[in-house]
Amino acid sequence: MTRTRKTVLLALLTAAAMILSYVESLLPSPGVPGVKLGLANIAVIFALYRLGGREAAAVSLVRVGMVSLLFGSLGALFYSLAGAVLSLLVMALLRRTDRFSSVGVSVAGGVSHNAGQILMAMLLLETRRLIWLLPVLVLSGLAGGVLVGLTAALLIKRIPR
Amino acid sequence: MDKNRRRQPKVRADLLLIGALLLLSGALLLVQRLHRTAGAAAVVYVNGERRAAYPLSEDARVTIGEGENYNVLVIEDGRADMTEATCPDKLCVRMHPIRYVGETITCLPHRTQIVVEGDAPPEVDIP
Repeated sequence: MTRTRKTVLLALLTAAAMILSYVESLLPSPGVPGVKLGLANIAVIFALYRLGGREAAAVSLVRVGMVSLLFGSLGALFYSLAGAVLSLLVMALLRRTDRFSSVGVSVAGGVSHNAGQILMAMLLLETRRLIWLLPVLVLSGLAGGVLVGLTAALLIKRIPR
Repeated sequence: MDKNRRRQPKVRADLLLIGALLLLSGALLLVQRLHRTAGAAAVVYVNGERRAAYPLSEDARVTIGEGENYNVLVIEDGRADMTEATCPDKLCVRMHPIRYVGETITCLPHRTQIVVEGDAPPEVDIP
């Protein structure tokens, strides 16, 4: 892949991730903070499989930064960032082992994203009580992860290189 | 052909991972369910600091914070609920009312937390 091609693809994926974040913010929110589908992860996983870990990290981190600047608050940035970094590490690691399909990678990413956010919230608020939310967040990360993983698998297969 | 044969173990690994996570969250939920007891008080924390406690047995309506940034805590029918907030995301308002020990309603933008605790407050201190 030429440099230009790669740059353009990365820009496209980042834009797609941002739009997916925006679309997701329009969906009604359930009663528990942190419960969401994680649609933007579709673009991140696509980047992880087509380009590699560093490129996936670039798409994810730029997305988090831009989305909090455009639509969110600066406070939310820390939570998103903690989730994004932890989930990137876990996903890149699982991808490298080559034991799981993109569904497994995405599920692990969704769950670790939520775990990262809750850990950051516990740190910032200096409270251990938020651990109470963990089971619900594991389940929601799991459900969102399956959906995102299946979508990503389809796109990785269908979109020509 | 070869590709299909190689993909099967991955699907099995995926399912194992999903199963393990389901078991984990199920076990955690069960532990929480078994340990839950009806709470006695709604305690307000701001910046991790305990600010006030209100008995769940008495209906009340409290404004936490002042000026432009505030949250409204309502206690009704033994449950505590955040009914109004000036924060941008309003996640705390969407959260369900709470009544069991350990349950929380958190407003991250205002760093405010309502926690149900087991002991009735000795006195009601209104800030």
